[in-house]
Amino acid sequence: MSDFKALSESVTKGDIKMAVAETQSALDAGVSVQDILDKGLIATMDEVGERYSKGLIFVPQMLRSAKAMQECTKLLKPFFREGDVISKGKVLIGTINGDLHDIGKNLVAMMMEGAGFTVTDLGVNVSPENFVQKTQEIEPDIVAMSALLSTTMPAMSQTIEALQKAGLRDKVKVMIGGAPVTKEYAQKIMADSYASDAGSAVAKAKKLLGVP
Amino acid sequence: MLIVGEKINTSRKSIEEAVRKRDAASIAKVAREQADAGAHYIDVNAGTFLDQEVDCLCWLVETIQNEVALPLCLDSPNPKALYEAMKRHKGEPMINSISLEEGRFQAILPIITSQPCHIVALCMAKTAMPTTVEERVQVGSELIEKLTDEGIPLEKIYVDPLVQPVSVNTSMGIATLGAINKIMNDFPGVNTICGLSNISFGLPERRLINRNFLALCMSYGLSAVILDPTDQQLMATLITVEMLLGRDEYCGNFIDAYQNGRFTGC
Repeated sequence: MSDFKALSESVTKGDIKMAVAETQSALDAGVSVQDILDKGLIATMDEVGERYSKGLIFVPQMLRSAKAMQECTKLLKPFFREGDVISKGKVLIGTINGDLHDIGKNLVAMMMEGAGFTVTDLGVNVSPENFVQKTQEIEPDIVAMSALLSTTMPAMSQTIEALQKAGLRDKVKVMIGGAPVTKEYAQKIMADSYASDAGSAVAKAKKLLGVP
Repeated sequence: MLIVGEKINTSRKSIEEAVRKRDAASIAKVAREQADAGAHYIDVNAGTFLDQEVDCLCWLVETIQNEVALPLCLDSPNPKALYEAMKRHKGEPMINSISLEEGRFQAILPIITSQPCHIVALCMAKTAMPTTVEERVQVGSELIEKLTDEGIPLEKIYVDPLVQPVSVNTSMGIATLGAINKIMNDFPGVNTICGLSNISFGLPERRLINRNFLALCMSYGLSAVILDPTDQQLMATLITVEMLLGRDEYCGNFIDAYQNGRFTGC
């Protein structure tokens, strides 16, 4: 881990130039792409997410770190070979039917990606049918739903019912979140997990799938 | 500056509990506090009750209007809740809100044309949230035109330009301010309204950010605001900025507020 101290620091600070330079020098030194990704970038972003959850850092700082990571990942991409880099899991995410708010959902998607999940973002106003269809198509491990309006929350339970009807409910874990959403509501509609912010969404997703 | 008191919203734990228990005294107290602090309208939102929203909203309307002689701002996207609450409301309510979102305009329209009321026109487009000044102005203008075509007077329309967090995109403050300015200039007589707290999502010292944003909004022409009127520092900002913008003859309100101890601790 100490090998990645400078990279980790620059991603934490959101210093894109420095982070990219550190990634490049690690590559030049022959460090494995998998290690740079896991021990350098993802481990750092895990910590960033945790610090955000605890209120130690704030949204712009988290965004900046994520941006730095994205730029570093671009450098690594050409070296990825099939089967080289193992994803933590597939996440299908969207803001539910009738709701156009995407800020929270985007933060969660970004942090999930930063943590090493493969994320498919369906955008806003996603109908239950749309969630079902995409679930059939890409077979995600997690379906994550977001709502900002209390009045649109029932669409979460409708989506879960639709997954059930399509015979998909047992094949995925369902996570929900958003300002009006509570842990109690998640239990009531039989979602598998609730997360209160983007940082804890990552922790909950890992827990659900039993990945480190 | 027209003030809508925001505190009676069931997304707040204490209000949720009071509504659940039908604790009229607690609700009356929060309504009274806001009226005494200078609110012109009392916002009521029972959205968290989902399928019981209609009953809760109606109960709130009656409970609050038994206590204070103020009109209410009926805050819900649910046409049925708005319709039932409006029937029980004394005087002209403010309806919060109509927008261009799919189905929403057509669903809310018959309600707001059925009796005199004020209407908040939220700058939500059909399938997306506007991000730039131009997008906000475009949606706002379309809403104003559609509403005035239906015979609603310009003075009763309150365009909400949408406030989005500056933490996510640093141009979001300017996007709202620019939209307020343009809409107020393009449609003389129309009102603009917004809540403040979205601006500070994801940042520390949110109240500090909110009250500075209020001052900026006012200087760009905002004519109504949804806020907590019992927040002394926020109200002190509002009163001071009104004076600085030349809307306080002989600085009377400012001096009154000072003499009544409303600036202590600011």
